[in-house]
Amino acid sequence: MSIEFILLTIIGLSAYSFYISKKKAAAISAINGAEIHSQPNYHGMYAAFLTISPALVLLIVWSFIEDTIITMRLRDYFSDITEPSIANFYIEGVINFVDDVNSKAMDHVNFFTATEYYKSTMHLNLLLKSIVLVMLTIIALRYSFKLISADFKARDLFEDVVIKVMNIASIFAIFITIGIVLSLLFETLRFFESVPVQDFLFGTHWSPQMSIREDQVGSSGSFGAVPVFTGTILISIIAMSVAGPIGLFSAIYLSQYASNRVRSFAKPIIEVLAGIPTVVYGFFAVITVGPFFREMGIFFDIEGFSSESALIAGSVLGIMIIPFIASLTDDALSAVPRSLKEGSLAMGATLSETTTRVIIPASFHGIVGSFLLAFSRAIGETMIVVMAAGFAANLTANPFDAVTTVTVQIVGLLTGDQEFDSAKTLSAFALAFVLFFLTLILNVISLSIVKKYREQYE
Amino acid sequence: MNNILSRNNAEKRFKVYGFLAVSTAIVLLGILLFKIFSTGISAFNQSYIGVKIEINNSINSSEIDPRTELRQQLRNMFPELTTRAEKRTLYSLFSTGATYEFEDLLKANEGKTINGYYYFLASDDVDMYVKGTVKREGDSAGRLMSGQLKILDQFEEQNLVELHINKYLLAGADSREPEMAGIKGAIYGTFYAILIAFITSFPLGVLTAIYLEKLAKKNRLSDIIETNINNLAAVPSIVFGLLGLAIFLNFFDLPRSAPLVGGLTLGLMTLPTIVIAARSAIKSVPPSIEEAAIGLGSSKVQTIFNFTLPLAMPGILTGTIIGIAQAIGETAPLLMIGMVAFVVDIPGGPMDPATALPVQIYLWADSPERAFVERTSAAIMVLLIFLFLLNITAVYLRKKLEKKW
Amino acid sequence: MSIEELKVSIKNLNVFYGEKQALFGINLNIYANEVTSLIGPSGCGKSTLIKCINRMNDLVDICRYNGQIMIDGEDVNDPSTDPVSLRTRIGMVFQKPNPFPKSLYDNVAYGPRLHGMTNSKEDLDELVITSLQKAGLFNEVKDRLFEPGTGLSGGQQQRLCIARALAVNPEIILMDEPCSALDPIATAKIEELIEELKEKYTIVIVTHSMQQAARVSNRTAYMHMGELIESGLTKTIFSNPEHIKTQDYITGRIG
Repeated sequence: MSIEFILLTIIGLSAYSFYISKKKAAAISAINGAEIHSQPNYHGMYAAFLTISPALVLLIVWSFIEDTIITMRLRDYFSDITEPSIANFYIEGVINFVDDVNSKAMDHVNFFTATEYYKSTMHLNLLLKSIVLVMLTIIALRYSFKLISADFKARDLFEDVVIKVMNIASIFAIFITIGIVLSLLFETLRFFESVPVQDFLFGTHWSPQMSIREDQVGSSGSFGAVPVFTGTILISIIAMSVAGPIGLFSAIYLSQYASNRVRSFAKPIIEVLAGIPTVVYGFFAVITVGPFFREMGIFFDIEGFSSESALIAGSVLGIMIIPFIASLTDDALSAVPRSLKEGSLAMGATLSETTTRVIIPASFHGIVGSFLLAFSRAIGETMIVVMAAGFAANLTANPFDAVTTVTVQIVGLLTGDQEFDSAKTLSAFALAFVLFFLTLILNVISLSIVKKYREQYE
Repeated sequence: MNNILSRNNAEKRFKVYGFLAVSTAIVLLGILLFKIFSTGISAFNQSYIGVKIEINNSINSSEIDPRTELRQQLRNMFPELTTRAEKRTLYSLFSTGATYEFEDLLKANEGKTINGYYYFLASDDVDMYVKGTVKREGDSAGRLMSGQLKILDQFEEQNLVELHINKYLLAGADSREPEMAGIKGAIYGTFYAILIAFITSFPLGVLTAIYLEKLAKKNRLSDIIETNINNLAAVPSIVFGLLGLAIFLNFFDLPRSAPLVGGLTLGLMTLPTIVIAARSAIKSVPPSIEEAAIGLGSSKVQTIFNFTLPLAMPGILTGTIIGIAQAIGETAPLLMIGMVAFVVDIPGGPMDPATALPVQIYLWADSPERAFVERTSAAIMVLLIFLFLLNITAVYLRKKLEKKW
Repeated sequence: MSIEELKVSIKNLNVFYGEKQALFGINLNIYANEVTSLIGPSGCGKSTLIKCINRMNDLVDICRYNGQIMIDGEDVNDPSTDPVSLRTRIGMVFQKPNPFPKSLYDNVAYGPRLHGMTNSKEDLDELVITSLQKAGLFNEVKDRLFEPGTGLSGGQQQRLCIARALAVNPEIILMDEPCSALDPIATAKIEELIEELKEKYTIVIVTHSMQQAARVSNRTAYMHMGELIESGLTKTIFSNPEHIKTQDYITGRIG
């Protein structure tokens, strides 16, 4: 008997509960005519819900408790080991040995007694669990069946359940945010146990590579994140200086000048740029933009043009964010009431004068908001910079130099083999924490600006 | 009075700037697509070299070692190559895949004899030369050395070098050998991950949207949820990757590299998009219809599930497809949860180690072999065409199912 | 009244929006220093007609027209006529007050700055003040010239828009239902203003209110379904209309 079998039994009982309750309700309704409060279906659904839920709740609680207890008891077999993480390693070994045929035995005097204990306990546990859960379900079934009567408000109760479920679903989004903050925060705090905060935030040397042997000189690595931050900002500024003018002028052209036909043709095409996966842009940077810029570098005789220069990654990143700026700015410009445009034109202003003197000032908030959102996109973008920028952290403002970014470092630190607790790995979480808060602040500001602006014309 | 002429010129300049901006964006898109498609199209063909196979005994495939036998047949074609180095040069024109193809040929002719020319997969270096991606410079071409070229020329003189459809690309899993590498494994990985992402995010997103739009009282909590969802939509995708790493891998101990974890992570990432799209779809259902239903005595929940939701469904589906399309192209979060491993098996389920199509593209783009460039482009073509079809479906759904009020 | 001077003459004007014809063969003369009002039921093409005079219909992609509109003998639609300079000569006041989201001062100074009409800050100050005075607004707002124009009441906003139009010293002022968004007191003030302005400007006013047309205008044109039914002196139109449709409208049978 396995856990799947118990689950199936419980679900089966619940379905049975639905069937008999519905039948009973239908029978009552046939006797009492229309006097019954809720339709038989609702009685059935509510009964099914009542039947299944206690067992499900108990199952979840049980699983948590059994894990804790078993681990505690197994710990006794390895009481000679003082280091908790190593003891846990043995405990996992025992569990794996029983559950997984491919797993090998471990070298410890108590290993096989522990596996025997684990095997028998789990067996007993499963038996006990099955009996309790099935009994509980049957009791719940009998109870829910008895509840049914002509004036039992099954519909209202069932709808309350549905609403509760939706309520919980909506709160789940908050848990995602909490999950992000907590998971980043814990690892970040652990990182700051080994590296002081001020060294991380203000240090100018970044080389997280730890040496292989513990006794080697300088084995602690160096975690001054300033070059990483400046690299991110440099690339994002280059991206904005590509996407800003193109996006802004595209939006102006499409919202003020273009005929409906041109607009309905050009706008979706620009939006296609937003739908292209970023890994494709990264590849494009490597095979087309990179070689192109390098040839330009040779042509104009620019010294020290790096093949991973900030300029290459920044320009391609810029292409990617054009549609964000173009479409959000277009929305902002189009939201300016037509009467203002007409008022200005009727004064004898040209369309460009109207745009720069009336429409842009009137939609300034929205345009700023769209730029901030795009900037936040640029900071958080990963694949383009991973593929087109380098891992070397140079503190420079020269766009022809190779720089690295926060996201590149996170990818570099967390892919490939690593032990989970080293300062090197944890530093990735600290970087991600900074990234998360930076983008969060940018988003909050831009969303509130955009919202405020929208209200202005509503 | 300001000179009207200069003002009109300024107006023209301004309009030209706008036009240039739009054209630049479109031209850049054009260059990108052209580059990808022009590079990638050649990967759908593959170089094959014809070998004269002559086996006069009735074949018992279990007794023949295909590798040795194929080499024997090759030597028979070129009796003049005698030294070990020369023979090795001859073999090096073929991919290791040629051996498998020869094995299949033997099995197909069990108990029979073979006599004739059969085509076998060439190595990636030969492939690049045949397609003209690398050119002959002096007596070598790319990584093909003069000895290899000499033998290859003899094959070409006999018209034994041909381009066939690349059956490995779409039907094979990843390989270190470019000529045998395929995206089928990655497509399966993407499929499982997206399936999981859809299963988690769609119901959750729709229920959340209904609650926020129709049932929640305007209070602090609903405000917080709303701001929270809007902000989640703009959180960098890599942060979701770290969330997946911390929660699913480290806390719940789920297997690394599994599409299950990738799917859950992508699902969390897609959730805000679906909620926002579903809310606006629900909002656009005219209240008059709901009022009519409530007036006829149906409860709030019944009204929602019988009227509001079906009417809002086209909009919800459109938003969901767009969110899913985004998730399909997402790479960074998958790198964080280890779906970046080199996997040669086609995953059989969401718990098997796998990679995803965009991650495969990233891995190939990183590979040094020249032949991976066109295969990367080809994989991108497949991805883009698929995304394009999805978006077309979304537009079609919106047009087709949208009711005009 | 002196000898009537022809300011605008519209001959056989047809206007189309896409496939739909909006105006049918309009012929109308507008005389200098007079108020001409256009009346007629909603959607009869009154606004379309005045927007042809300053070519505001150019903004609508699908709008085409033929026929002739002459201002002082020059054809408005002639390729050599620049719409920007044309609109400088013609002020326009809209149905809904549309002050720019700028200060009162900047609103009025907008046109003069565009056209480089003044050479010094002092000249501009003076022009702004006289324009506001002409619009009868100066005394109400003199203490808050640098506050946003959107903070004024509806009637004040509309007079601000009139001041804005006056600042570029136009020859003709087009008013598209200028009082429809205003209360009766504000309306009365605007009507007084129109009475004063006609001394110096030629005014065309579109109105829904026949009383207003009767009060402010020298001449009236009645339009119906895109056609000009009848035009003439206001007195004549209201007391003795030639056409049965005009009579129906004036007596309230067509609304």
